[in-house]
Amino acid sequence: MRGMSLIVKTITNITVGFMFIYGLYIILHGHLTPGGGFAGGVIVAGAFVLKILAFGSERSAEKKSATRASIFESIGGLLFIGIAMSALLVAGTFFLNFLPKGTPFHLLSAGIIPFCNIAISIKVGAGLFSIFLALGAMKYIMED
Amino acid sequence: MIELYLFLIFMLIAAIIATEIKDLLAAVISLGAVGFAVAIMFILVQAPDLAIVQIVVEVLTVVIFVAVILRTTHIDETIGKKLKGTQILSIVLYAFFTILFLIVVFRSFQELPEFGNATMKVASEYIKLGLPQTGGTNIVADVILDFRALDTLGEATVLFTSVIGVVALMRKVGRKK
Repeated sequence: MRGMSLIVKTITNITVGFMFIYGLYIILHGHLTPGGGFAGGVIVAGAFVLKILAFGSERSAEKKSATRASIFESIGGLLFIGIAMSALLVAGTFFLNFLPKGTPFHLLSAGIIPFCNIAISIKVGAGLFSIFLALGAMKYIMED
Repeated sequence: MIELYLFLIFMLIAAIIATEIKDLLAAVISLGAVGFAVAIMFILVQAPDLAIVQIVVEVLTVVIFVAVILRTTHIDETIGKKLKGTQILSIVLYAFFTILFLIVVFRSFQELPEFGNATMKVASEYIKLGLPQTGGTNIVADVILDFRALDTLGEATVLFTSVIGVVALMRKVGRKK
């Protein structure tokens, strides 16, 4: 994919880190404030997409990162099922909230909900990013 | 309650027409009638968001089916050329499954709350028990990741499937030059 102009590259350099941090904040505070794994994963994937759109990338690098994104998506899904299965093994019920609840409004509270949020964010972010890469690679096929 | 039964019988008739009619365009339209009857029933039992989703999905499916039929063929050649025995068998099966379906529906409609009572009972329980039972202060996260986590697992599976579909459609391997 071709890169964009110098203005876009400069602005992207400034903003992309903030986008990434904001996405992580939305994910990690999913059980305390509005947001969560789905929204935060999309924001993190948006940071990656912005970076690639602005700076461009090689065909081979895109292929490699598409493979990596698929692997991460599978890891996210397996993590989510793993949490559910560990609840089944430890407490005897699928998806039971078996971890201690903690005090409300603390970052480490609400049992398994923050871990579920992290797993879903990996899954959604990597999935969206791999869809973006697949659709970007289609342009090359049309040009070939 | 009676209107639900009317819609159910309408759906059954439309479904039988959809499988037995020779003109594929008419079959697709009767299939759409089934879907829209489901949407109206969702509204009647006070689930408007599900009704909206159902209408969107139904419109999309009917449009896609019509687009495919306009490009391929109108007539289903296999209908009407059956042997007599299989025809009788299919009529018996239709009747059997219709009666079975109506019995199941009657049993489940007995569980519906009486006219005048609130249909939505689960939401107030979620709001009441959200913080004490899960410890999370964001009630939406409590619902989707604790009370209804299995639902979220299904949603994640749908996303996974769609990603696999897009990647498989767009890959270069196996594409004709």
